[in-house]
Amino acid sequence: MIQKIKKISLTMFAAAGVLVGASNIAVAAGGDVPQPPKNDWAHVGPFGKFDKAALQRGFQVYKEVCASCHSLDLVAMRTLSDLGYNEDEVKAIAKEYDVMDGPNDDGEMFSRPGRPSDYFPAPFANDQEARAANGGALPPDLSLIAKAREHLSLFRPWKSQYGEDYLVALLTGYDDAPEGFELGEGMSYNTYFAGHQIAMAAPLSEDQVEYADGTPATVKQMSKDVATFLYWASEPKMEARKELGFKVLAFLLILSILLYFTNKKIWADVKGK
Amino acid sequence: MHLSSYEPKNPVMKWVEARLPIGSLIYGSLGPGYGAPKNLNYWWNFGSLAGLMLVIQIITGIVLVMHYTPDVTLAFASVEHIMRDVNHGWMIRYLHANGASMFFIVVYIHILRGMYYGSYKAPREMIWMLGLVIYLLMMATGFMGYVLPWGQMSFWGATVITNLFSAFDFIPVIGDDIVTFLWGGFSVDNPTLKKFFSLHYLLPFVIAGVVILHIWALHIPGSNNPTGLDMKTKQDVVPFHPYYTVKDLFGIAVFLLFYCTFVFYMPNILGHPDNYIEANPMVTPAHIVPEWYYLPFYAILRAIPNKLLGVVAMFAAILIVFFLPWLDGSKVRSAAFRPLTKQFFWIFVINALILGVCGSQPAEGFWVPLSQICTAYYFAYFLLIIPIVSRIETPKPLPTSIAEAVLAKKKG
Repeated sequence: MIQKIKKISLTMFAAAGVLVGASNIAVAAGGDVPQPPKNDWAHVGPFGKFDKAALQRGFQVYKEVCASCHSLDLVAMRTLSDLGYNEDEVKAIAKEYDVMDGPNDDGEMFSRPGRPSDYFPAPFANDQEARAANGGALPPDLSLIAKAREHLSLFRPWKSQYGEDYLVALLTGYDDAPEGFELGEGMSYNTYFAGHQIAMAAPLSEDQVEYADGTPATVKQMSKDVATFLYWASEPKMEARKELGFKVLAFLLILSILLYFTNKKIWADVKGK
Repeated sequence: MHLSSYEPKNPVMKWVEARLPIGSLIYGSLGPGYGAPKNLNYWWNFGSLAGLMLVIQIITGIVLVMHYTPDVTLAFASVEHIMRDVNHGWMIRYLHANGASMFFIVVYIHILRGMYYGSYKAPREMIWMLGLVIYLLMMATGFMGYVLPWGQMSFWGATVITNLFSAFDFIPVIGDDIVTFLWGGFSVDNPTLKKFFSLHYLLPFVIAGVVILHIWALHIPGSNNPTGLDMKTKQDVVPFHPYYTVKDLFGIAVFLLFYCTFVFYMPNILGHPDNYIEANPMVTPAHIVPEWYYLPFYAILRAIPNKLLGVVAMFAAILIVFFLPWLDGSKVRSAAFRPLTKQFFWIFVINALILGVCGSQPAEGFWVPLSQICTAYYFAYFLLIIPIVSRIETPKPLPTSIAEAVLAKKKG
């Protein structure tokens, strides 16, 4: 048995070795955008949970800064209870938004205060309006942005780029264009954006929001908070997933051990051990 | 090998058995009536694992369909509805998405095991070919399933792969219409999505049917084994139940540990981040890659500069495997007794892994010549190495029986 495990794992290691080796060469040929620096995240790791205070701060940054251009179409306001708000607080947040509803009995559409069951209203009626208001560029919906910007590597986990790290790098990565770099009209230079030309001007500045919990609103702090919030928006069931995963793996581990000994016992007469 | 027959003791079962001998069927195919070689190693677990994965994919898939909407305006949102609003929908979807990868991992190991131990050789050619039919159906099913979430990679992957068929535009009369027919229009659009959805639901049941044929054909000669020798006496054999039912269950538990680690702790690592961006025909992703399990064939496709020849080579790379039973002229099945074949086999495996990496990279720089060298080895393995080596190689002395081989191993 031990011999067999050894043999099988050796084969697997050899196969993984080939893949790691070859993909290492592969990355050497990668683009000119540097890898975003890694940050410490409370929600990363097998037991990671969301930092609720950071989620609430991040939501505030989204609401006061990002939401003027970026929609969050897939997120229902009722799910804000995940951030640690109670029912009344969620209701109060929803009420701040005007939501289009209808038609009513007269066939008219009407605007009413939001309810927790509503989704976040988009800042623009359609993509064309969004482009017209943003110099031709379309601000992407942020519901899944964190997962859409992550590049995970199975064979070289240290090279994995989390979407949250990328968002922080992007939001703090604005800089003067290096000499000789042709910047298009209305474009900004960003170290971490593919091609370095981004249509979004640096969105955050020192003390742009006033945090209720008194945390100093540095650009870095706001970036980290909003990245945490956007990661939650893209993977709201992460905590449930990891909690259930632990139970599932623990169960399977015990089951495997029991079946290992059952198997050994059953085979004992054949193997004569 | 037939060991014993089913004799029901319970009067109800006797009644049923006289009218529908389903008890005998199970007893004789998975029960104590079916004799399997006593020396099967853990590489033989991957057949039952593949069966398990098919069942998991069908069950999770049926549940997903209850909440999914196959329409270009709603597909992406309905998948997110599953992820966010459906009870445990995230788990069902991650089980299904990662399940596809697991299914392919298991099947690749199963195929390579068959290659190594000569399980394709007479009298098991039919099992081998039916297995490859299952594999081809899996490729089609997996490809169409990947289109359903209607993300950027879904859309552009579908565009690239369906466009391959435009290489056949030289065929008179129907040539120009093949791609239009696949799309159900003039580009990948709503009719394509609906067509793929329909077929993605159908094909797994076709696979299940071919699996039954595969197992039926298997039960004629019975399992091959690491020595490649035939089962001759009862000394060589153990009843399938309880010996291999328990061993398979143990394998399943360990495999589920592996599978669930992906599902619960890195559910997106085998996917592509661009598929979390809704399909947009106006924006082409910088780098379109198929799912990992197609990559070696994708590398073969791109290794050849001519489009038609590339497509032909890609299909040939799979079809050629059907002929393996006749390309291999050795009298001995197992590579354990064929030292040269063994070495070339492992080079073949490494070569296929490198082809996979080539397929994941942009077709430029040194990846092009590397994929060409690997493509050349891939075909040379089947067309030159196996036919020649199998006929000139002197195999190591074989044990006289499976029982003797087991005894010799016990003594060390």
